[in-house]
Amino acid sequence: MGKLRRTMMYVPGNNPGMIKDAHIFGSDSIMFDLEDSVSVKEKDAARFLVYNALKTIDYEGVETVVRVNGLDTPYGKEDFEAIVRAKPNIIRLPKTEKPEDVLEADKLISKIEDEAGIPSGTVKLMAAIESALGIINSYEIAKASPRLVAIAIGAEDFVTDMKTTRSLDGVEILVARSQVLLAARAAGIYALDTVFSDVNDEEGFINEVKLAKQLGFDGKSVINPRQIEPVHQIYTPTQNEIEKSIRVLEAIEEAERKGSGVISLDGKMIDGPIVDRARRVIDLAIVTGVYVEEEGEGIA
Amino acid sequence: MLKNALGREIPEKIDGIGELKLYQGPFEYEPSGRRFGRKISKVLPGQSKLLNSLENVINEIGMKDGMTISFHHHFRDGDYIVNMVIDMLAKRGIKDLRLASSSLSNIHEPLIEHIKNGVITRIETSGLRGPLADEISNGLMDIPVIIRSHGGRARAIEAGELAIDVAFLGVPSSDAYGNANGYEGKSICGSLGYAKVDAQFADTVVLITDNLVDYPNVPASIHQTDVDYVVQVDAIGNPKGIVSGATRYTRNPRELLIAKYGAQVIETSGYFIDGFSMQSGSGGASLAVARFLKDKMIEKNIKAQFILGGITGQYVEMLKENLVEKLYDTQSFDLIAARSIGENASHYEIDASFYANPHNKGCAVNQLDIVILSALEVDTQFNVNVITGSDGVIRGASGGHCDTAAGAKLTMVVAPLIRGRIPTILDRVNTVITPGNTIDVLVTDRGIAINPLRKDLLDRFKNTKLPLFSIEELKEKAEQLTGKPEPIEFGEKIVGLVEYRDGTIIDVIRQVK
Repeated sequence: MGKLRRTMMYVPGNNPGMIKDAHIFGSDSIMFDLEDSVSVKEKDAARFLVYNALKTIDYEGVETVVRVNGLDTPYGKEDFEAIVRAKPNIIRLPKTEKPEDVLEADKLISKIEDEAGIPSGTVKLMAAIESALGIINSYEIAKASPRLVAIAIGAEDFVTDMKTTRSLDGVEILVARSQVLLAARAAGIYALDTVFSDVNDEEGFINEVKLAKQLGFDGKSVINPRQIEPVHQIYTPTQNEIEKSIRVLEAIEEAERKGSGVISLDGKMIDGPIVDRARRVIDLAIVTGVYVEEEGEGIA
Repeated sequence: MLKNALGREIPEKIDGIGELKLYQGPFEYEPSGRRFGRKISKVLPGQSKLLNSLENVINEIGMKDGMTISFHHHFRDGDYIVNMVIDMLAKRGIKDLRLASSSLSNIHEPLIEHIKNGVITRIETSGLRGPLADEISNGLMDIPVIIRSHGGRARAIEAGELAIDVAFLGVPSSDAYGNANGYEGKSICGSLGYAKVDAQFADTVVLITDNLVDYPNVPASIHQTDVDYVVQVDAIGNPKGIVSGATRYTRNPRELLIAKYGAQVIETSGYFIDGFSMQSGSGGASLAVARFLKDKMIEKNIKAQFILGGITGQYVEMLKENLVEKLYDTQSFDLIAARSIGENASHYEIDASFYANPHNKGCAVNQLDIVILSALEVDTQFNVNVITGSDGVIRGASGGHCDTAAGAKLTMVVAPLIRGRIPTILDRVNTVITPGNTIDVLVTDRGIAINPLRKDLLDRFKNTKLPLFSIEELKEKAEQLTGKPEPIEFGEKIVGLVEYRDGTIIDVIRQVK
């Protein structure tokens, strides 16, 4: 099972109080933001703050991501120069519209890694897609570089570009979400859903997370620690799902032992995809700690 | 200077106060002597206790220099009574008063002038906040303030160490003969738990109300048999400062994280069983622990026998939902709790002695299973400071902290590991309010430390997924981010004496430099 990226929590890059221990709230990744949440006057200060935080603070294994300013802005180049040297796990590119955006960033990171004596490919990339053009190009973007591990949809800018606004059921971004997912799956990388801005609307948030999970997203960007637990709960397999999956895997082991070709469970045929899904549920259950494999009792 | 059992330097005596007893341990001191009795007086048939102004009350009493006057703090930052009475006494030229309020807060800033003018020369209280606390920390008074816990104050009154000449007690409703309660009127505060002790032991008891009702005002919290005078004024306090509408649950993610760990600790501790009892402070994290516990109670079908202490609307809700059998209320924290005490038969008003006095025949904290407390500082010996800030200035209250810690089977302290840029855990707290051997667990946002004295708890928690560390490791974690703070420099002058609940001196507060 790959790395869990159920929750990626935004942390404003100019807020030392939040930066100092952003990992304690339990999100799978933390994303220090140098872009939209930092005003022009504070760009330099935030860059140095995040650089020093990454160099000095032990984030205890939580994945670190930095959202830099785009390379088409006056701050992007300097953000890369500083942040790559601080070696976060991932740099997140904002407002990616075409594969060249990824390639340009990839090249720049390679150059800085080289200069700083950092093994090539250490710092990964993810791309946020936030415009109609970006959505159209999403597959090209997703497979532009081996450095790219995920793409995310940024809905706020996207709906503005589409001349609409966000609604609770998300009908206006359904196509875009689906497109991003298709691109990510086709390229074999992660797909992350957009933020939900009203931190006090718990019900609306939960509905949106359920939708994102059902569509197939690996996780969601969150803007407040209070949003972490609901996402994790929704992304954690239920006891029922776990038991069902164990039975599927047991049935297949049994069939393999007996050498029987056709496998059925409770009168239903079990085929490849069902087995794959069951494996995924158990993997997820193990990683999220809700299922502990007993010693000597490995599951296929 | 002598050293007490915690190694704190305590003077043998203080001018204006007398000889001091050294703290020996939470249960070491043996009380002796007899309970204090107030002077006997008579009220004749037909005699009226109702006077038409506070001036007349003061004329009748015959106030003299050097007297001890007492107040309660149920009106918190909405209190008008203390300032009203002291202003009037100052105008009469009265000097050298000993002010014994159960606590003092921001609204009592005008006392600074009265101290400068010699109207007040001694203060005995649970807490001090705001400008008055700043001035006192900077050496305003010649005689140190005595800081007592709520149980300790009740004990001192009953033992005659705090002999009250006149108690001026604001009450939200009273009849003309001195039957009063706290849950009716325009300025309700709910429980009158602190005032009840003063009413029983002061030589002269004056009730001040803004809601005079017909006789008999029953059920009463303060009874006619204890009251000398009743006077009506326009307002006893500002309702907005007395109680908030409803205590809200915190939305602060850090406090919620601490509370989540806190509830998990309680769940694992072995004390979370059907029929348990608990108390929590009114701080954001403490109250949130109670909220998470409530969910677990419903989930596991566990009911609490009683909830003690400062009562909030949330606990009233739990009473109504049948999750707790009884509420014991010394102090009501919000409007819902204040009203409930008059409405719910299972919501009992108790006085501060019943609550926490260590030298009566058994106080409520002795029956407590779990208490959740806050802290400004904790040291590696688990000693807790809730009175002085990281700058050494007084900004808090002893309250029921050391009382409940001594009484409860599981005492849990909740605090962020770092406040601003200052670590909460130190080698040595600036001021000890509660001794570390009465603290069992410290829960922070970065991890949990169990007091090594509780080997049983260490064993019990060994195989859990909770983030357990030694307290030294937690301190280290904080210092990795903040560096090690320089100790604060204090002057020589002692500005406060901290009494442990048994009347011994656990620490002194020195003037800030």
